[in-house]
Amino acid sequence: MEAVLSLAIGILTTSGLWLLFRPRTFQVVLGLSLLSYAVNLFIVAAGRMRTDAPPIIGKEAVDPALYADPVPQALVLTAIVISFATTALLLVVLLASRGLTGTDHVDGEEEDQ
Amino acid sequence: MTDARLAFFILALPFLGSLVAAFLPARARNWASALAGLVALIALVLLISFYSVVSSGNTVLHAVPWLPSLGLDLTLRIDGFSWLFALLILGIGALVVLYARYYMSPEDPVPRFFSFLLAFMGSMLGIVLSGNLLQIVFFWEMTSLFSFLLIGYWHHNQSARDGARMALIMTATGGVCLLVGFLLLGRIVGSYDVDTVLSKGELIRDHDLYLPTLILILIGAFTKSAQFPFHFWLPHAMSAPTPVSAYLHSATMVKAGIYVLILLWPVLAGTESWYLIVATTGLATLLLGAWAAIFQHDLKGLLAYSTISHLGLITLLLGLGSPLAAVAAIFHTVNHATFKASLFMAAGIIDHETGTRDLRKLSGLAHFMPITATLAMVAAAAMAGVPLLNGFLSKEMFLAEALEAHSGTLLDRGLPVFATLASMFSVFYSLRFIHQTFFGPPPTGLPHTPREAPHWMRLPIEILVLLCVLVGTIPALTIGPLLDMAVRSVLGDRTPAYSLAVWHGFTLPLLMSTIALVGGVILYRLFGGRLNAVAHSPIIGRLKGRRTFEAVLAALIDGARAAYRLVSTTRQQVQLRLLIVTALAAGSLPFLSLGYSLGALDQTLLDPVFAVLWLLGAAAAIGAATQAKFHRLAALAMVGVAGLATCISFVWLSAPDLGLTQLLVEIVTLVLLLLGLRWLPQRLPDIWRDGHIPFQVGFRRGGDLLLAVLGGAGAAAIAYAVMTRPPPNGISRFFMEQAYRGGGGTNVVNVILVDFRGFDTLGEITVLSIVALTVFTLLRRFRPAAESIEIPDQQKVQNAFDDDREGNAFGDTARHYLLIPRIIMEWLFPVILTCALYLLVRGHDLPGGGFAGGITASIAIILLYMAGGTRSVEARLHIQPVRWISAGLLCAAATGAAAWFFGYPFLSSHFRYLDLPIIGQVPIASALLFDIGVFAVVVGTTVLILIALAHQSIRTPATRRLAKSDPADGDGQERID
Repeated sequence: MEAVLSLAIGILTTSGLWLLFRPRTFQVVLGLSLLSYAVNLFIVAAGRMRTDAPPIIGKEAVDPALYADPVPQALVLTAIVISFATTALLLVVLLASRGLTGTDHVDGEEEDQ
Repeated sequence: MTDARLAFFILALPFLGSLVAAFLPARARNWASALAGLVALIALVLLISFYSVVSSGNTVLHAVPWLPSLGLDLTLRIDGFSWLFALLILGIGALVVLYARYYMSPEDPVPRFFSFLLAFMGSMLGIVLSGNLLQIVFFWEMTSLFSFLLIGYWHHNQSARDGARMALIMTATGGVCLLVGFLLLGRIVGSYDVDTVLSKGELIRDHDLYLPTLILILIGAFTKSAQFPFHFWLPHAMSAPTPVSAYLHSATMVKAGIYVLILLWPVLAGTESWYLIVATTGLATLLLGAWAAIFQHDLKGLLAYSTISHLGLITLLLGLGSPLAAVAAIFHTVNHATFKASLFMAAGIIDHETGTRDLRKLSGLAHFMPITATLAMVAAAAMAGVPLLNGFLSKEMFLAEALEAHSGTLLDRGLPVFATLASMFSVFYSLRFIHQTFFGPPPTGLPHTPREAPHWMRLPIEILVLLCVLVGTIPALTIGPLLDMAVRSVLGDRTPAYSLAVWHGFTLPLLMSTIALVGGVILYRLFGGRLNAVAHSPIIGRLKGRRTFEAVLAALIDGARAAYRLVSTTRQQVQLRLLIVTALAAGSLPFLSLGYSLGALDQTLLDPVFAVLWLLGAAAAIGAATQAKFHRLAALAMVGVAGLATCISFVWLSAPDLGLTQLLVEIVTLVLLLLGLRWLPQRLPDIWRDGHIPFQVGFRRGGDLLLAVLGGAGAAAIAYAVMTRPPPNGISRFFMEQAYRGGGGTNVVNVILVDFRGFDTLGEITVLSIVALTVFTLLRRFRPAAESIEIPDQQKVQNAFDDDREGNAFGDTARHYLLIPRIIMEWLFPVILTCALYLLVRGHDLPGGGFAGGITASIAIILLYMAGGTRSVEARLHIQPVRWISAGLLCAAATGAAAWFFGYPFLSSHFRYLDLPIIGQVPIASALLFDIGVFAVVVGTTVLILIALAHQSIRTPATRRLAKSDPADGDGQERID
């Protein structure tokens, strides 16, 4: 499981980085989405693999060892929502830039070939 | 005993006054000056109330805790010396305020002037009342800043701007040196506390770092106190309003450097290097300043160079290193402040009443303004060192010290001659100032007819001149006790015996004084008449301090530009590559030195379903990466598949909350990007024909791929290494144990979000709101590219169909499109909304919460929009996302603030069980209210962003409206809020 998850993180990161280096704005937006999956998975993975142990506790005394680590989850939860907002902001900035410059190149002008 | 806390008020008052003055209307001259005067007087009274404490040799100490955990406090310290300095700052400050009330023109924005002046006064007080070296530097920089604002007050004037900039650059550069010097000092001593530093003189002087420390501190003090070769900023600062010059160049600003020199004199002075640097600099400044002053034609220029010269004299005295010389330095600091402030004010009156400060044009003013003339003459006589005035006494002490042997160097032996010479120059320029201005024939060709200034404007000069005379005639009764107190607090046991008597008998210093006076008069008789024709001061005029300064500045700026061109780029791709390369290098460094190894934790057994899931996910991610350029929709769908795989993995990894939220966010992100697709340009086929890619491009792509693979491999390797190690003992244990006991919730993730780390969440929903508003604002002025303006093909086909078909009204086809699914979608609205509310309410105990609930609710609204179309939804339902956002933020913040009323810190939560009929026992936590705030913000932001983007399609851009006026295209108006 650990190896599969690590590979998944690696492939998501690779795809995200590749797209991040591309010149077209839409590619960068998708790249950032893939990268954020990778990062979120990585943070949750840093809480170690635990299956069937969600941090939903009983009302009596708890043994923390029986549950998955809630801290990375809390971090990632807000990150997911914020990443939606930043994707939206990025998209709108790109659209505005495209409207103003007439190109969807990340620099606002076509590269000299 | 006066309460030490009052010291804090002395310091705080000017800043408070400054803040109030800043908000007065621009024409409120009287209010602003009354406020400033009142502030100065109250602070003065508070200061005087400390006299009895400090005069008995005590030091007032008061610490206001700031960061006690780091040992950082705001420390206030008043001893005899700083008390005397604060007295000068506040006393002369009050007089300057009165003077400025009459000097400033009603057309100027006077409240701003007083605001700057008060802030400057506070900064200056901060320097002398600080008990910590770093705090001194802080206030030191503030004086630089506010003097910049004061000198540049008439900012429409080029020379004022230049002078202000030069003063700022010089003194701020010095400030940096001072900071480094103080840091070294603190390192040597092990403390920044002034009293501790003062008690470790021996240690400091014997330390290896003594010389660099000394030089850095001296550069700081010399730039501030306009010592040669840093003196040139001061004459250029004369473009400031005269009250500013009277304040900055008599009692404050330039004296800040002197203050630091005197404060640290007991620990730094007494070495050979101190003597050589300080005494030489002081002597050079004394002579050059006095020499240059003779050749000035501008009244204020003459006073500026004279100030430089007198500061040089004080520095020289401090440099000599003997206690008696230090007494003379402190005494002369006070005397110079009184006579120089009054002289600047007199120069200001002359300028104000005649319209010029040019000595060559002025003449015979004594007939027109006899009182001002008399006052100026007395003050100038004090400056020249005429007996029975205060300047004479301190100059006499200086001459006596000059005669003493200190080191036996050439400098020491020549000192009596140099001192007499400088005194002679001083008599010379004082005489020229008085004689050319007030005597001779009546002036001709002046801009105004000269007349006496208003009485209130003269009052400050009268008070200062009276002080000059009183100190000069009965020193023991006036300045005596104050000087004694100041000297004792600086010198302590080393306080020498000195006498303040006016008459010491026929002594050598008296002879030197007489030679200086007579010589000065003779020089003026011989050369005074010819001075008006000299354009530049000989010798020193060649130094060209200003030109050097500007050349250095230009070289610095050019260098910075060249460096910027060399190492910077505006290309985003290059920047991102550099960023990732740096991250890769930083990330692999620890592995290179420590090696890569796996931990001891047993690995989980592989579930084949999980492997298949990621087989799909990885394929989708790679597919998205390769297809994003030419097949955007397909790429988007594949990103969605990777997102779903992530989402399922979250559930697998025991994070149901994440899985839920990820799924919901996935939906809104998809809708968002789909809405954006319409405005992107059509992708042209690859510009490289026949699939032949130039080597350069191939190389670049290959490099990118390599970087991406390296980055991915690194991430995977680190993730694997982390997951195979047993988890450390973190803070999770605390959260788990306290979630139910302290937070009243069984869903620990949610309790962390809304309770333990509620403040973070508050920050995050604030960020969300800001982003949504930014998106909304950006889209209000959105201009789509020309080719995106056309109606989409599908709509064109539908409209053409309507045109052709009998009985079909325009838009009917579009309305009937996917009718059944649309009705189902509309019916789903209440169902999804109920789900959303359920998720919100149960969040504290089970997966859900404000974030998930909020996104669900916004999905309900978005579905409604997709089903019914923007116009029909908005005709029936008036959603105001901005109100949702503000209500949510208010709700969350108010819930947090409510804790204050019960005496708990911000965002403390409270929970209890409530028995409701039928439903039964329901947990009610104040955290739920907070979560409702989060819910509302998330609904508001998501809906605001998506609707704003969706609205772009029904807006008719001006270009298309002009091309063909089509009534069905809508009015282009946006009604979102």
